[in-house]
Amino acid sequence: MTGWDLFQEMDMLRREIDQAFRGVGRHSFYPSFLPGISAGDYPRVNLNEDENNYYIEALVPGIDPKDLDLNLLQGTLTLSGERKASENNGQTWHRHERGNGKFMRTIELPDSVDGSKVDAEYRNGILLITLAKPQSEKPKRISVRAN
Amino acid sequence: MTAQELAKRQDSTPTRREETRTAGRVLVPAVDIFESDENLTLMADMPGVDKEGLDVKLEKGVLTINGEVNMESRGKTLLQEFTSANYYRQFKLSEHIDAEMTTAELANGVLTLRIPKAESAKPKRIEIRH
Repeated sequence: MTGWDLFQEMDMLRREIDQAFRGVGRHSFYPSFLPGISAGDYPRVNLNEDENNYYIEALVPGIDPKDLDLNLLQGTLTLSGERKASENNGQTWHRHERGNGKFMRTIELPDSVDGSKVDAEYRNGILLITLAKPQSEKPKRISVRAN
Repeated sequence: MTAQELAKRQDSTPTRREETRTAGRVLVPAVDIFESDENLTLMADMPGVDKEGLDVKLEKGVLTINGEVNMESRGKTLLQEFTSANYYRQFKLSEHIDAEMTTAELANGVLTLRIPKAESAKPKRIEIRH
């Protein structure tokens, strides 16, 4: 494996533990009644990085981009919105698998980001967010002078 | 990891296709299907699919939905909660539908299919004579 990084693995583990304990006393002991999409970790996100940016992909199909709300406070990004129910007036359901309702998800970024350079694009049900890393974070190449 | 989370993970695990024509991992999209007097509506969540990658077929009473996802991955992964794969799902439909008049619409990653019922399948009100 090429990309194995101990610190990254530790960070993933920490996030998973956070996630598991988030619902203690609420989810673990009582089976949730009507677990809507706001109960769990919805929407699902992927977080990537390169030298200049953090990239977040969130799975939010069927939402009007106007109903999506993004907030950035220091290193924490909050994504909230509402997924409207399918309009159904007295019709017969055959399958009802798609959830609906309000949701909110907070994503903790590994470091602070440059709040002035945030780009969010909604494409085919996926929200693509690009957050620029602050200038000081970027690795700088220092050339060595030869005498 | 809690049991609930484990169950959720298993839910999202891609399943094998029902038929053996092509191999590969696929995701089963979540759907809503509802029926009115006039037509049958199917809505499927298929984030990441565009019009070019979508293929909806209706033959011999079997509706096949096929969606190809092309997402470029950017940078190095820090946290991964989903992986993209192509979508595939089949439904057996009754014969009392009007396949010719079916309309498909793809917006915001949601596919909406409207399948009108055949004349013979629409409910008829029977008047009672006094």
